[in-house]
Amino acid sequence: MNVGRIGGLLSRHLYLYQRSFARMLEIFYWPFLDLVVWGFITMYLKDAGVSLHGAVAFFLGALILWDVLFRAQQGVAVSFLEEMWSRNLMNLFASPLTVGEYLVSTMIMSILKVTAVASLMMVFAWVFYSYDMLKIGFSLLPFILNLVLSGWIIGVLTTSIIMRFGQQAEVLAWGMVFLFQPISCVFYPLEVLPSWLQSIAWMVPPAHIFEGMRAVLVDGILPVTHIIWATGLNLFFLVAIVAWFYHTFNVCKEKGMLVRVGE
Amino acid sequence: MSNPIVQVRNLTKRFGDFTAVDNISFDIHKGEILGLLGPNGAGKTTTIHMLLGLITPSSGTIHMFGLDLAQHRETILQQVNFSSTYISMPFSLTVEENLKVVARLYSVKNMQQQVDSIIEKLEMEDIRTRLTRKLSSGQMSRLTLAKALMTEPKVLFLDEPTASLDPDIVDKIKAFLKEYQRNAGLSILYTSHNMREMEEMSNRIIFLQHGQIVAEGTADQIVQRYAQRDLEEVFLKLAREPKAQ
Repeated sequence: MNVGRIGGLLSRHLYLYQRSFARMLEIFYWPFLDLVVWGFITMYLKDAGVSLHGAVAFFLGALILWDVLFRAQQGVAVSFLEEMWSRNLMNLFASPLTVGEYLVSTMIMSILKVTAVASLMMVFAWVFYSYDMLKIGFSLLPFILNLVLSGWIIGVLTTSIIMRFGQQAEVLAWGMVFLFQPISCVFYPLEVLPSWLQSIAWMVPPAHIFEGMRAVLVDGILPVTHIIWATGLNLFFLVAIVAWFYHTFNVCKEKGMLVRVGE
Repeated sequence: MSNPIVQVRNLTKRFGDFTAVDNISFDIHKGEILGLLGPNGAGKTTTIHMLLGLITPSSGTIHMFGLDLAQHRETILQQVNFSSTYISMPFSLTVEENLKVVARLYSVKNMQQQVDSIIEKLEMEDIRTRLTRKLSSGQMSRLTLAKALMTEPKVLFLDEPTASLDPDIVDKIKAFLKEYQRNAGLSILYTSHNMREMEEMSNRIIFLQHGQIVAEGTADQIVQRYAQRDLEEVFLKLAREPKAQ
């Protein structure tokens, strides 16, 4: 791993973000709107007397954590799209940059995005709805770390598919993560799913995280079992998906697709 | 003759039933400009992509600096670069920013000094802070050439570097390249459809047709061998020959 090369690729994205209005919107505008809408829904539920323990924390906390997952995934997948749109993949992969260094730089990019978006959302939630997410305390840390890992897994999966199938698959950069939303049980407990779907959901790391978050809110204790399951599953899927990315990259080189991605 | 810097042996690339490059072998020596000539679809670009490690060969070997590209990709690509009219660079970055990113990817020492130097050499001072999307095709060619030369490569692959450029810019780029190549002792693989340019630039020419090498030598040797008036006539004769079954 060459830190200079990772920094080089990272600087390419930072140059881009500092002058791109559209990319800044991605960090400020959409998360803010999400928060406003869900904030009002939460207030409505409270006013309507819906009995839900910690309604604000349930929805706003879940929304902020969902955005951690979403932005972590986008940090990886959209970074690849940026290279595809600017027909820069040839420049990158004809340089000494390795596949591993490429992946690490997109993962660092995703951490920067997550940090920016999550910080802003926490501030907005506190200012507009008096919701202090940091009250969850240290339990928040393993939740966030695991959601970032899950985001990377979905991001690398998405990138592999886009690399293999080209521009026609680019919509997955925004859509793929939502495929996992129903079984991640972001806004409702896992027990509301039909039993056959519950079995699948238990294999999805974010489901353990959101279940864990609700357990902290309801019982006030850190659900260690959920954290262990989420971490174990994440590490397993991360190793598998990175191996698959390397395989797809080699297939694309064999089929001559790497030089045609984006055409 | 010295050991070749680039040594290609029995290189073949098949895409399904189609053979893009068919068992070609050639060497490039230090300080040599080797012209790769051939009609569209002859396998020139596929060959360059294999030399850059962007396409995996079906069979055959590529050695550069005595090392196998398949096993020493990083070490080799550190000393190699390429430029083409058909490549691009991130549009939303300025010329200088793009060059800095490339410098970091190639671990260029004294980055700012190198960037300033190549900008001066290629007379790009007026477009230094311009966004890449606002460059003309001539300026874009200069930028891709700058990114290739800034890393001080020992081997340079130039895939039609002057295609679709006006004669004034072509002349400037050729003059710059020749001088740079002479001073740096650079080895270049050069593709072009312009026969005069090919004669002018190359020490030796390889003619590719249907993925195979059908002629090799200096421009004069090839013209004499095929008893034609110039390289353009040789090109037309060879390019119109049907593929042997």
